[in-house]
Amino acid sequence: MKLNKRTLFLFVIGLLTSNISFSQGFDDVMSRGQVHGNFQMDMQYYQEDSLIGATNVPEDLLMNGFANINYTNGNFEAGFRYESYLNTMLGFPPNYKGNGIGYRYASFTNEEMKVTVGNYYEQFGNGLIFRSYEARGLGLDNAMDGIRINYKIAEGLNVKGIIGKQRFYFETGEGIVRGVDGELMVNDFFGGSLKESKTKLTIGGSFISKFQADQDSKYNLPENVGASAGRLTLRRGKVSFNGEYAKKINDPNSDNNFIYKEGQAFFAETVYSTKGFGITLSAKGVDNMSFRSDRTASETDLQINYLPALTRQHTYNLLATLYPYATQPNGEVAFQGELIKKFKKKTLLGGKYGTSILINYSTVFNIDSTALPASDTSEIGYESNLFAIGDEKYYEEINVEISKKFSKKIKATFTYSNLMFNQAVVQGKTPQDHPDIYANIGVVDVTYKINKKHAIRTEIQGLFTEQDKQDWGTVLIEYTYSPHWFIAVMDQYNYGNKKSNERIHYYFASAGYSKGTNRIQLGYGRQRAGIFCVGGVCRNVPAASGLTLSITSSF
Amino acid sequence: MKKLVLLSIITLASTFAFSQKEARPIPSANIKNLDGETVNTKKFNNEGKPMIINFWATWCTPCKRELNNIADVYDDWVEETGVKLIAISIDDSRNAGKVAPYVNGKGWDYEVYIDANQDFQRAIGFQNPPFTAVIDANGQIVWTHSGYVEGDEEKLYEIVKKVAAGEKIDHK
Repeated sequence: MKLNKRTLFLFVIGLLTSNISFSQGFDDVMSRGQVHGNFQMDMQYYQEDSLIGATNVPEDLLMNGFANINYTNGNFEAGFRYESYLNTMLGFPPNYKGNGIGYRYASFTNEEMKVTVGNYYEQFGNGLIFRSYEARGLGLDNAMDGIRINYKIAEGLNVKGIIGKQRFYFETGEGIVRGVDGELMVNDFFGGSLKESKTKLTIGGSFISKFQADQDSKYNLPENVGASAGRLTLRRGKVSFNGEYAKKINDPNSDNNFIYKEGQAFFAETVYSTKGFGITLSAKGVDNMSFRSDRTASETDLQINYLPALTRQHTYNLLATLYPYATQPNGEVAFQGELIKKFKKKTLLGGKYGTSILINYSTVFNIDSTALPASDTSEIGYESNLFAIGDEKYYEEINVEISKKFSKKIKATFTYSNLMFNQAVVQGKTPQDHPDIYANIGVVDVTYKINKKHAIRTEIQGLFTEQDKQDWGTVLIEYTYSPHWFIAVMDQYNYGNKKSNERIHYYFASAGYSKGTNRIQLGYGRQRAGIFCVGGVCRNVPAASGLTLSITSSF
Repeated sequence: MKKLVLLSIITLASTFAFSQKEARPIPSANIKNLDGETVNTKKFNNEGKPMIINFWATWCTPCKRELNNIADVYDDWVEETGVKLIAISIDDSRNAGKVAPYVNGKGWDYEVYIDANQDFQRAIGFQNPPFTAVIDANGQIVWTHSGYVEGDEEKLYEIVKKVAAGEKIDHK
């Protein structure tokens, strides 16, 4: 630092006087400024636990923390996120190392145009060809770093243009991603009688291209890879439809084993809902649609598009963590249907307070494809038909959830699930010794409200299967004292394991205090990976053993 | 030297200190209504009566518990204070299509939007749902809370009643 004491002193004086001496106009502008932010820190003291395979952590203690600080003033916004990984907690991508500014941006809105420079998150349509987003709990962050322009051309007609590189831990990937998206809300755009019409139509189209230099001596790889998509959302009264189709030119990469085949994907969803009843039917097809800004990237790194699983997203621990399905970007066809119905109060099925039932069915198959012989010179690898279902099942599940309030004090949710899980494909295991898993799962979740502030909630879960690690049982008891306190204990026991030395108890105890937006939580025990809901908050956690401390706050 | 640095930080911070203590307006973000149309959050309005903005997701059990519990007493809340609850689902394209059936299936009378890429969540600034904010007559966020345990809606309603009566809110 070149600053000596005197310069710094003068600087401070300058700042002090600046608060009073600047022109009225400046003060006015500054007084409209707002600073807000939020903070989260997770820390774990690790214990060696050979039983669950938790090895010694040399640092003993690991910590992930970050704070977002945002400044807004009228049409201007700027902010940053300071991130700290000292060192990265287990289960997070180990490439997060040390401290850094993981995200910083400035943006302003001027009439119809909004300009963002620096980092931003964005999504085109359903995300089939482009979605830049964060899931901090998973360590997933593919924020763009570059420039974005949002432009409202006319009422009901919006265009977005993006260019940038993707975040790759504390660096950016080498590829450049650029694209444009247009969306037309037909009713607003044409106005008049259409504006009042019961039928609402929105159409959109997008284009994304990535550039990465070809430094391969053996293959002639495409340096520019383009993808385009078209979509529409149509709603009339109780029915709505949302569909999108996407296509990508040849994009040899390590996910598709460097074949020159084009990729395509579709997503279609029809929804009907009315008071007390709703139904969703959806279908999805994916064929060679892994799309990254670096053709050799793997895992969750540098993904440009978003292909979520078309299965129910569970929150009860055993269901959510043991056999969760993940989309197979190289090829799959999936279907899902969900029905929800509420039986009114004072009816036979509704009882005194009403009963709700939710039924969800989902199934996923491979796509029907034919591998091309080695003598084939097209290098496209295989021939396929996106709309033809193959003969290998990846996943199937039916689940039923019934929620019922029995009295002012007692209410309960009963869940039953029957699922089939192709672990060889989904988890990349050898098919010979990893057969398909068939499981039955039951969950009873009962809340007993002692009085206005005190409540006890218990969860009893059972998972029964002949395969994998056989049967599991879970008991959770949670005591809450609104609005500040909670305490919970849980034991998950792999009691049915055929190997008697692997019949492990995953016990976990936690307690928390919250006030306003401050929240402190302490936990001790063994934890499986997955979405973990306790004390009223859901978050993704990695597997580990030891003592944990979490603090969240915002201002 | 250290003191000087500290002093300069305090001074810099003082420039913003007033605005921090005060409430803040609803930040601007584009979200979708259940018709699939884009709506800006600046347009949220309840004609001078209090609003509750609640962030939830179809995969978040405590969120659903909170909104279902409030649904049981919502008619009374509206009648007594004129409050409007705006439920913001942060479900992405995996579950966004299940939002309308769930909302209707449960018979919620809330105004519902989808924040599929978490733009509004980021602008408000929190990590894990549920998250609740109370908005006063001037469109200012005067109270926020994260998480939900059984009975928290009582505290929320106390705040709403105070806001409806034009009283000052402190975080206790």
